[in-house]
Amino acid sequence: MPLLEIKNLTVSFDTSAGLFHAVQGIDLSVDAREVLAIVGESGSGKSVEMLAVMGLLPRSATVTADRMLFDGKDLLNMAPADKRRIIGKDIAMIFQEPVASLNPCFTIGFQLEETLRFHLGLDKPARRKRAVELLEQVGIRDPEQRLGAYPHQMSGGQCQRVMIAMAIACNPKLLIADEPTTALDVTVQKQILELLMGLQERNGMALIMITHNIGVVAETADRVIVQYRGHKMEESDVLTLFTAPTSPYTRALLAALPDNATGDRLPTVGDFREAVTS
Amino acid sequence: MTPVLETRAITRDYQIGGLLGGRSLLHAVKGATLKVEKGKTLAIVGESGSGKSTLARILTLIDPPTSGELLIEGEAIDIAHHGVSKALRRKVQMVFQNPYGSLNPRQKIGDVLAEPLLINTDMKAAERADKAMAMLIKVGLGPEHFNRYPHMFSGGQRQRIAIARALMLNPSLLVLDEPISALDLSVQAQILNLLADLQDEFGLTYVFISHDLSVVRYIADDVMVMYLGEVVEQGTREAVFADPQHAYTQALFAATPRADVATIKARLARRAAQAAM
Repeated sequence: MPLLEIKNLTVSFDTSAGLFHAVQGIDLSVDAREVLAIVGESGSGKSVEMLAVMGLLPRSATVTADRMLFDGKDLLNMAPADKRRIIGKDIAMIFQEPVASLNPCFTIGFQLEETLRFHLGLDKPARRKRAVELLEQVGIRDPEQRLGAYPHQMSGGQCQRVMIAMAIACNPKLLIADEPTTALDVTVQKQILELLMGLQERNGMALIMITHNIGVVAETADRVIVQYRGHKMEESDVLTLFTAPTSPYTRALLAALPDNATGDRLPTVGDFREAVTS
Repeated sequence: MTPVLETRAITRDYQIGGLLGGRSLLHAVKGATLKVEKGKTLAIVGESGSGKSTLARILTLIDPPTSGELLIEGEAIDIAHHGVSKALRRKVQMVFQNPYGSLNPRQKIGDVLAEPLLINTDMKAAERADKAMAMLIKVGLGPEHFNRYPHMFSGGQRQRIAIARALMLNPSLLVLDEPISALDLSVQAQILNLLADLQDEFGLTYVFISHDLSVVRYIADDVMVMYLGEVVEQGTREAVFADPQHAYTQALFAATPRADVATIKARLARRAAQAAM
């Protein structure tokens, strides 16, 4: 049984210009201990469908699905109070902008311990001990001192490490990382990816990596879903995706990589437009 | 031939602190010497804090250097003492990373493009509008876009507008600060193609600031790598990519995610071995 199973997910937004369908009938499943990458450009619906799983979409969004099961439990028809016990504990998420994801008014220690208090009900000394342990796990030096630091006193890479520490605080079964390294420098990106993959292996988490960076996909994923304008274009294991992509859109994306440039001009998705839309 | 852009040992210090705390000097750029010939592209690579954007501010005449010489088309420039003349301003233009932030949300695109002409030339309104329309079409947008506002465009289209605005004054040097890093992959390819076309057509010289090595390898003739304000590596694209000398450049190459099949196979094998343990 997959850890997360979604059948025929649609998300639409009520806008002044009428209904906008961001996700149109996506099937998706992740097994325990698996790394799934969801790739697509802005507007592909890749973030929206994960926000739908987390229940973080605004009121203007309508989510429907034939099925949305996590660990055998129905996320769609679950009481909000029950859902809150799962979200942040068994399913955790980290976002693109680490500095913006942390509350600037509280120390990182407070923000870390809040998760531990809410979900695990640990007492104060136990929370503190666990918080130090978590910061150590994500590679922050002098963890005891850093607990008292505010987000603005840390670099972007460090803030992302703190976000990861918060996300793994309750040993989640599934971690969703939405463009976790897009805002970071290349050398920091490498460190964060290594950290995530190390934690995934050691803790046996499933990981959903949302990204538009093909290099990040190549370095992390077991399986890949490629999306375009709310539709699934392709689903393959990572090696097949790079050696024998089945959809024209994937071929277009791979061809647009400057790494693969052969002539003077880069092929663009526009050159494949007819094949993509047909 | 005189290079379009030349600098000799440019430095830039910033004073930080003061008032109550102790003052100290931050050396943002520590001696950058470079030369770019007409029609060529120099890529400056580095991460946040490397001083690449500070150097860009100096090259685009926004900030004066603390010391060192800046020459544009062979002419020594000293904006600290003589300011920037209109003629000089026309020669150098800049394109920024975030096209959302660099366009006025309340200004129509036609007016965005005509504004540099209004400020720097004596052209009549009708002539300005004609030029703006011509440039709009040149960068791949249509006449119907002329009276629209920035929010009605996608990120890639906005970057096209920013490039069009930079070209309105027929500059010889264009400094592009991470022009495509905020864009989607396939849109990146379109903008890179557009930049290549415009360079051919107008004989433009580019200084291209980026942290994406695969883009740099694609677009640059020469490459300069900066780290903590220092120029740690400089050379032709072929030389730098074939045989990086400095440890930082090597680290940067090693950190860039690779999308080739051999790397993926090696990783999957490593993962399978780990799972079997």
